[in-house]
Amino acid sequence: MDRRIPLTIVLVLGIIMMLQFFIPSRPSETFFTDIFVRWGLLLYIFALIPSVGSLIRHHWRKLSARKQGWAYSIVTLIGLFGMILIGFLDREHVLAKVKAAGLFRTLFLNVQVPMQASMFGILAFYMASASYRAFRARTLEATLLLVAAFIVMFGVIPFGAFVWNKIPFISEWFLEVPNMAAKRGIRFGVGLGIAATSLKIILGIERSWMGGGGKK
Amino acid sequence: MKLILPLLMLLLFAPLLALSQPPPEPVPPSPPAPPVVAAPTDVVAKDTPNDAGLSISVTFKPSTDDGAKPPKITGYDILRSPAGKDSFEVTGFSPRVTPEPVGHFTDSSLPRDGVPYVYKVKAVGVDGGEGISALSNPAQSGQQWFNTARTNALLATVLFLCFVVAFVNRARSGKSLFIRRIAGLSAVEDAVGRATEMGRPMLYVPGIGTIGDIATIASLNILAQVAKKAAEYETPLIVPNYDPIVYTVAHEVVKEAYLEMGKPDAFRADNVYFVTNDQMGYAAAVDGIMVREKPATNFFLGAFFAESLILAETGAATGAIQIAGTDQVTQLPFFITACDYTLMGEELYAASAYLAKEPLLLGTLKAQDLSKMIIVGILILGALVTLALRSGVIINMLNVG
Repeated sequence: MDRRIPLTIVLVLGIIMMLQFFIPSRPSETFFTDIFVRWGLLLYIFALIPSVGSLIRHHWRKLSARKQGWAYSIVTLIGLFGMILIGFLDREHVLAKVKAAGLFRTLFLNVQVPMQASMFGILAFYMASASYRAFRARTLEATLLLVAAFIVMFGVIPFGAFVWNKIPFISEWFLEVPNMAAKRGIRFGVGLGIAATSLKIILGIERSWMGGGGKK
Repeated sequence: MKLILPLLMLLLFAPLLALSQPPPEPVPPSPPAPPVVAAPTDVVAKDTPNDAGLSISVTFKPSTDDGAKPPKITGYDILRSPAGKDSFEVTGFSPRVTPEPVGHFTDSSLPRDGVPYVYKVKAVGVDGGEGISALSNPAQSGQQWFNTARTNALLATVLFLCFVVAFVNRARSGKSLFIRRIAGLSAVEDAVGRATEMGRPMLYVPGIGTIGDIATIASLNILAQVAKKAAEYETPLIVPNYDPIVYTVAHEVVKEAYLEMGKPDAFRADNVYFVTNDQMGYAAAVDGIMVREKPATNFFLGAFFAESLILAETGAATGAIQIAGTDQVTQLPFFITACDYTLMGEELYAASAYLAKEPLLLGTLKAQDLSKMIIVGILILGALVTLALRSGVIINMLNVG
């Protein structure tokens, strides 16, 4: 495929969007909300078709070949098609006739939400194990990290202030001064990186996003 | 005689009539007038600058009763009328102003631009009293075609663009550009080699950002380079996706990389797929892939949030080499702790250029570095000026409206 077409589209739209940032008038706002945001939504909806197709294909082939963990593919496919079917039936009030109105919502609240919460809950254990690894005082940096973390954690619990009333202030200082300085340093780099990446893509210098090296 | 009889009757019945009348009701005392509160002053109306129109900004000096303890006023009603007419209507309410010296209100309920309006500000007393200001000057709204508050951003963008063009031209002329070694990126080749030797796949996670996130685009750029190496060594590359649009782009990126390396048959379309756009659902699915497929190398590059540690810790438990990178400052500590190599912030954006080793791309990195030096210089100068002269003039130059 001739790559000049996507490159031209990116160049033109990229420059328009850049100019839009500096133009506050109504046509500029309308362009952003009506064209950019709505087209984005349309693209998303159309992209869902091949995306869900890829999911089905992936699991179907895994199931057909009886690959390791194929049973999970059954759960995935049942979940996918089951929720679509229940969603349609619920919407058309068919489920109400069999006294199962609101089944979609019930399944969502009682199956999906608890599963999400469980995954999120695992984070607490991972955080404990990661903290253990990070705080092992093997090097000077790790020791400094350990001391700083101890003070910060001690400062945010009531017991810290009970032991010494200056602890919360020291804890806050750690967060507001050295920590903030490091964060801002990284954010400067990120900001410039975003600008550079955007310019590289708009000007056609970076073409990796088209796959390969972007050679014509 | 004719006159005497009625007179006698009148004299006789008059006291009785007087007694039969109900006593006159006492006149109720008139209600006390609400206490007057001091009116706001100096009401000024003007078109809201740098906007899309249909908005007028009103400023006023608060009532002298503003800030009294206990409070004497609840706030201010903003009254609007077309200029030349006396048809004021309440267009909004502004709370108490003190300790600020000036009250601000933006009237964004104008029906059309180009019509002059005048304003009054009414201080509303706690006890129902009120104090109404004098009329403001007439003002009309309009839309602007350039946001002057963003002039500094425009200048910085133009300057940065000049740097990029200059360094790209320099790179084109054949001059070598030094780029410091980034350990995480230098390890990519080894990581691919390790997976090949072990006969295991590689896992590439482009994060949970959308295609609108530049971190995701940077990740897709890196994916192109990683996919080329995977194609070269014929190592399976698994790319589970969170976002449907990112999936379609990632699919094409990997496919094109295999094509470019002359190995289209080695491309497995099933290995690049969409999973779900539920954050924790995605984390669970990727964890499952790591546990079942046991990839030798995990790449976590892109926009990551709460799921970062869940993914990185699971990957560490499976014994894979892990290369992570994100621009999310809050997630970096998790990746640093649980991964072998971490690309911090800007390194993520530099990765594609670093891996591709194309002079044109490296030129943009130099432009980035020069811009960063200028920003650091301005910050140091701003800090010195602020400390020495007690003036924020330099730092205020960096504000973008």
